[in-house]
Amino acid sequence: MDTTTVTGRTSLNLRWRVVDIVVASVIGVAAGLVFFAWNQLYAPVSAPLQVALPGLQSLVYGVWVIGGVVGGLVIRKPGAAILVELLAAIVSTGLGAQWGFLTLESGIVQGLGAELVFLAFLYRGWRLPVAILAGAASGLAMAGNDLILYYAGADAWFALVYTVSAVISGAVIAGAGGWLVVRALARTGVLTRFEAGRESPSS
Amino acid sequence: MSPVDVRASGWGWRHAGRSRWTVRDLDVHIPAGQKVLLLGASGSGKSTFLAALAGVLGGGEEGESTGSLLVGGGPAASARGTVGLLLQDPESQIILARVGDDVAFGCENLGVPRDETWRRVRQCLRDVGLDIPLDYPSASLSGGQKQRLALAGVLAMRPGMILLDEPTANLDPTGVLEVRDAVARVVEQTGATLIVVEHRVGVWRDLVDRVVVLDEVGGGILADGVPDAVFAKDGTRLAEAGVWVPGLEPWLAPPRRAAGHVVLAAEGLTIGRGPNSPIASGITASVRQASALVASGDNGSGKTTLALTVGGLIRPLAGTVLAPRLARGLCAEPIRWRSRELASRIGNVFQNSEHQFIAATVEHELAIGLPKTRADGQRARRLLLETAERLALSHLLTANPFTLSGGEQRRLAVATVLVRQPPLLVLDEPTFGQDRRTWVELVRLLIERLDAGTAIVAASHDSEFVAALEAELLVMDGSAMGVR
Amino acid sequence: MPSPSRNQPVTRAFAPPTPSDRPAPARGERRIRGINPVAKLAASAVIALGLVVTIDWVSASIALGLEAVLLIWSGLSFRRIVARVVPLTLSAALAASTILLYGRPSGATHLEVLAIHITDGSIELMVATFLRVLAMALPAVVLFGTTEATEMADGLGQVLKLPPRFVIGALAAWRLVSLVQQDWQFLTLSRRARGVGDGRGVRRFGGQAFALLVLSIRRGTALATAMEARGFGGRSHRSWARPSRLRCADATLVFIALVLVGVALTASVATGHFTPILAQ
Repeated sequence: MDTTTVTGRTSLNLRWRVVDIVVASVIGVAAGLVFFAWNQLYAPVSAPLQVALPGLQSLVYGVWVIGGVVGGLVIRKPGAAILVELLAAIVSTGLGAQWGFLTLESGIVQGLGAELVFLAFLYRGWRLPVAILAGAASGLAMAGNDLILYYAGADAWFALVYTVSAVISGAVIAGAGGWLVVRALARTGVLTRFEAGRESPSS
Repeated sequence: MSPVDVRASGWGWRHAGRSRWTVRDLDVHIPAGQKVLLLGASGSGKSTFLAALAGVLGGGEEGESTGSLLVGGGPAASARGTVGLLLQDPESQIILARVGDDVAFGCENLGVPRDETWRRVRQCLRDVGLDIPLDYPSASLSGGQKQRLALAGVLAMRPGMILLDEPTANLDPTGVLEVRDAVARVVEQTGATLIVVEHRVGVWRDLVDRVVVLDEVGGGILADGVPDAVFAKDGTRLAEAGVWVPGLEPWLAPPRRAAGHVVLAAEGLTIGRGPNSPIASGITASVRQASALVASGDNGSGKTTLALTVGGLIRPLAGTVLAPRLARGLCAEPIRWRSRELASRIGNVFQNSEHQFIAATVEHELAIGLPKTRADGQRARRLLLETAERLALSHLLTANPFTLSGGEQRRLAVATVLVRQPPLLVLDEPTFGQDRRTWVELVRLLIERLDAGTAIVAASHDSEFVAALEAELLVMDGSAMGVR
Repeated sequence: MPSPSRNQPVTRAFAPPTPSDRPAPARGERRIRGINPVAKLAASAVIALGLVVTIDWVSASIALGLEAVLLIWSGLSFRRIVARVVPLTLSAALAASTILLYGRPSGATHLEVLAIHITDGSIELMVATFLRVLAMALPAVVLFGTTEATEMADGLGQVLKLPPRFVIGALAAWRLVSLVQQDWQFLTLSRRARGVGDGRGVRRFGGQAFALLVLSIRRGTALATAMEARGFGGRSHRSWARPSRLRCADATLVFIALVLVGVALTASVATGHFTPILAQ
């Protein structure tokens, strides 16, 4: 067995452990349930925004990218963001089957946004700014995906507003919100097998 | 597989992020085929030691170790598959939905060919005494059956050593005996090395050859030898550390006060979870001030449902639950009271303590519902601190409730209702997972409540608990889940 | 059994006999259950991906009609089908009503309030959406309703050769989901018992949901340890106790799905209703 020093950052083990896989699945299912609930509730919230300024409705779409950010922050292994977001998409589709396989595709794309940010930080940066950036990147990916698939005929102004709102929403709801959720989880002590559960609260 | 031995030399382990070593300076040799009972106070590292032997303690990123730990001559970390580990919670050890698949899981992981796998599955189920079809849903088994299923799954790997980490803590008496007998049978057949960690020594005493006691304070080993010798020499010290030493049963002053008026009465009660699934019927019982009523019976007989019904949390399917003396102006049925009214009249404690935690710290958890006005508030706060002190929770006041150990969580759940001093307590398995020390303190507190006039209804299969409270007994005779 | 004290009478409670809860499946259902889950996945994917390219009522209704015929012919129990279809219908209705109110306007306007804009075009889109959601989701709902999760994992691992650690790990976590409902009930009851159960509210819901997440992660962690103790997750090769192979019936199902989609799309193009989604 290794005798390494006792800080959170010992050997950078990027291989997925069994507990990583199981807990990632649990988080994925939980996020999927949240997505499903939001699927039913979002319309009356986003409609007034759309009236105020076409494109602004994506200001509340950040909920749909929170899975990737939380998954990445907890598991901290390559592919965590994509896997959790994809699982969440599968669960939310399986329950409601509203948009079917397209939801899976958007799950992968959105997770990829967060994943690229975590990769850019070489899977070592996990503080609040990184989380916000990952959320923003997910929002950007979501906006791009939606504009191509669902709003292909929209004008440039709509596309701009939609994208900016999605980025902000992702940064705030998924990035900062996701970071807070992970911190709260860490305080309950369920994450002791993860680095996220062993850090001091300031990070 | 032939039995393996264990050789620890100066072995220690510290979890990542902690300053204290969980296990230190452990030097012990357990020859192949020996049967050992491992004891020690909470926190002495027993579970950590077993986890290390099974190779599931995690790698360098989860902590550091010193010294060496060898299983069958090789390092413990690569022992997966040669060592079988049975844990405390039956629910968390069921991996697949069907019984046969769950037992076959270990064989699949070891690369055993298909035909051989299923042959082993059938044999192991027979060995543990589970005579059920292979496609039976594993979730429908009772606690004792689930533990035996997990044991069958471990056996199918043909391990050279079997480790049991408090396997009967969550089981009723029938389940305890089932598991013990299955283990005895298996060990006799295979000759595998056996290490058991368990508070309730009486169950395992006749099966083991040797007792090893870990030292929580100084590291290393406190006592080591034949059971009779160890208990004779260190019995008192072990009892004080929380071990249920046979022959040293705790003595408690019995309740002094005579029973008063009827506080809650159930009449012709039929209980169940949904309208189409009754669990038990024909229940007529009552509980009086300063007295206790205990519902006893195996898991699955409806004790929890009864506690929930009597506690005013779920509706009875037929019959009535009336508490006119508690009502104080409200209607007599607790189920119709609002949540705030219910909490000040009936204190409910659930079987799974984790379901009850709301606040972020132990102190806030205890303070929920206490009066906030100045005069009352001060008195309530004194009571809060005193209760925490009695139940050994004072040093945990700033901790998050989820970080507490199982026994501490249960004590916290009981403390949260005791601080509000309701006239009726409804407790579901209050003594689960308590070692001798905390059991004594808990029961002593409850007897004090009885003397102060509180009525207690409990669901429990702990016969010493029933005797200590001099409780009236309600026997739940429900049939088990259809399969033996 | 502990003996009663104080010579009080012992009350006994009896349990009524429990009915058997595993009815034998019908013959048609056995046939469907025998099909490899990967083939079912492929068939559902073919239908969903095929129908997603267009949003018109012709392709959707034809696909739905063919699916209904196949369902009846397959011999699946009618009651079970209805039980699965009802929630799906509600979900489809919800999606359709969203389109009705906020969809792309075209044709004569019937109602215009704030952002709500009901027009001929949006009515047609609503019908098309409703039928389309049903047509796309019905095969998935029925096919996956007849598949055990364990079977699916076996198929993904053996046929598609996905890494077993991920597949089985997710399967084990999925089993935990069945405990979630019971947990939620206990969480609600305990809040009533603690005195904070009056009144609903997002905050209470959020707190309860968070507690549920904590419990699930804790259970997942314990489950992972139990799996590792059984040798899971190591680097050695793994065997499969339940074989999962592709057979004729599986290929037939995928072929039927292809034909179904082909017919629906052809009809749509032929009648001129084909409306690709990407061209909006």
